[in-house]
Amino acid sequence: MSAPLLRIRGLRKSFGAHAVLHGIDLDIPRGGVTVLLGPSGSGKSTLLRCINHLEKPDAGFVELGGEIIGYRPDRPTGGRIRHLRELRDRDLARQRARIGMVFQQFNLFPHMTALENLVEAPVALRRASKKQATDTALELLDRVGLSGREHAYPKQLSGGQQQRVAIARALALRPELLLFDEPTSALDPELVGEVLHVIKDLALGGMSMIVVTHEINFAREVADTVVFLDAGRVLETGRPEDVLDGAAHERTRAFLEAVL
Amino acid sequence: MSLTDAALLEAKLVPPRRPARWVTGAVTLVLAAMLVHTLLTDHRFQWSVVGRYFTESSVVDGLELTLWLTAATMAAGFALGVVLAYVRLWGSPIPRAFAFGYVWLIRSVPLLVQLLFWYELASLYPKLSIGIPFGPSFASADTAHLFSGELAAFVTLTLDVAAFSSEIVRGGILSVDRGQSEAAQALGLGRFRVFRRIVLPQAMPAIVPAGGNLLIGTLKSTSLVSVIAVVDLLYSVQLIYNANFEVIPLLLVATLWYVILTTLLSIGQHYVERYYARGNGGRR
Repeated sequence: MSAPLLRIRGLRKSFGAHAVLHGIDLDIPRGGVTVLLGPSGSGKSTLLRCINHLEKPDAGFVELGGEIIGYRPDRPTGGRIRHLRELRDRDLARQRARIGMVFQQFNLFPHMTALENLVEAPVALRRASKKQATDTALELLDRVGLSGREHAYPKQLSGGQQQRVAIARALALRPELLLFDEPTSALDPELVGEVLHVIKDLALGGMSMIVVTHEINFAREVADTVVFLDAGRVLETGRPEDVLDGAAHERTRAFLEAVL
Repeated sequence: MSLTDAALLEAKLVPPRRPARWVTGAVTLVLAAMLVHTLLTDHRFQWSVVGRYFTESSVVDGLELTLWLTAATMAAGFALGVVLAYVRLWGSPIPRAFAFGYVWLIRSVPLLVQLLFWYELASLYPKLSIGIPFGPSFASADTAHLFSGELAAFVTLTLDVAAFSSEIVRGGILSVDRGQSEAAQALGLGRFRVFRRIVLPQAMPAIVPAGGNLLIGTLKSTSLVSVIAVVDLLYSVQLIYNANFEVIPLLLVATLWYVILTTLLSIGQHYVERYYARGNGGRR
């Protein structure tokens, strides 16, 4: 088995006195879909936000392709590393550009058109000229089924369309990994399908993705790995059919019964 | 788990090094030390004279007038400003145009010029009378008797605060999501109640910082009334130094009082902001 794309080790996070993550160890393979399941408050979103350093962990680390996210280790002395020193803004931004993120509430920039939302980052990071970025953006909008809507403002689009623009925006930087934080939870039921369809398409294209969702059927159909989180701990990891149909823990079975 | 993983997990997570911060911090501290040094050691500041006049009764009287004028003009002006903002956003066309024209006119004329106009009102309209427009009048009075310097100061500052605060309030109201007033209307709340109970409180986080600015600005603008011989804080120290020529120490007396008042107002603003931020706390 090749080295995993993402390695999470000993990750802990508390908000004040409330411990959300109790030491997470997880490997995410390259080119696969990992679905994070778990009851609300189990730490799924916090885990996702630690992966691109939107939350600073209290302990542990996240490693993408051999590079620690958010920190630079001191040179080891006698097999010991004294500090993991947090990166400065510019280095952090460079790392985050390798990881795309799609939010539950879309978080499109409301004062920009769909096209401008996609062009902003590649141009700001000097990845492409305005012309190149525009061409790529139009291609991406076409890929998520929104060609012709590039000059619409987010408010003029339906929720499903907005989320597809958000996915295209995340893709504009050609990330190595895409994070989805409950991408369909804010959508009307009839709009969920179009967004899941786009994600499925990306999976077929070999994109590495971590998806927090409550769509069990989507997990069953698209996921390569399902991870079940409860109270800040990984309770089970495995292929969807193993976790969803043969859950080892009572907590997992109770959760699945409640949502199905 | 490999050896390096174990080593990484034992490492302490620490914030980044920021050498530039140390340099700018050191430079700032040196400059601050120089300032304190000159303030304390230069005999021309004459701190003993400052101390002697700091609580002089005429200075305290002037301070009282400054405080009273600031409080009264802010209260009256802000109330008028809220009405103007309401009219500009939801009024019918003619009042709306009037509110717009009012703000335009007041903001166009320097405060000092307005002050002089109100003070000299008597030479423009020697008599003021109450009656039917363009018809007979019932009562009249000499303007010069009606308009003292203090009334001119109060009117000028109030009208000025009204114009500026109406823009501050209007901006705050525009920052509130439309869905909020729709939800309140759907609950059957009347138009004015929606404004007062739902929209205005949510506009406050945007209004308070700018309003605090205006309050402090008004406190300092009151010093302009010294030109029309109203005995405020500034004019009271001017009266003293015109007699004894201790100009710098007496200006310092006034300055210290303004700084103290502004400090108190800033602290107050902090607590008001915290009050209106309620319900928006939690994780960020």
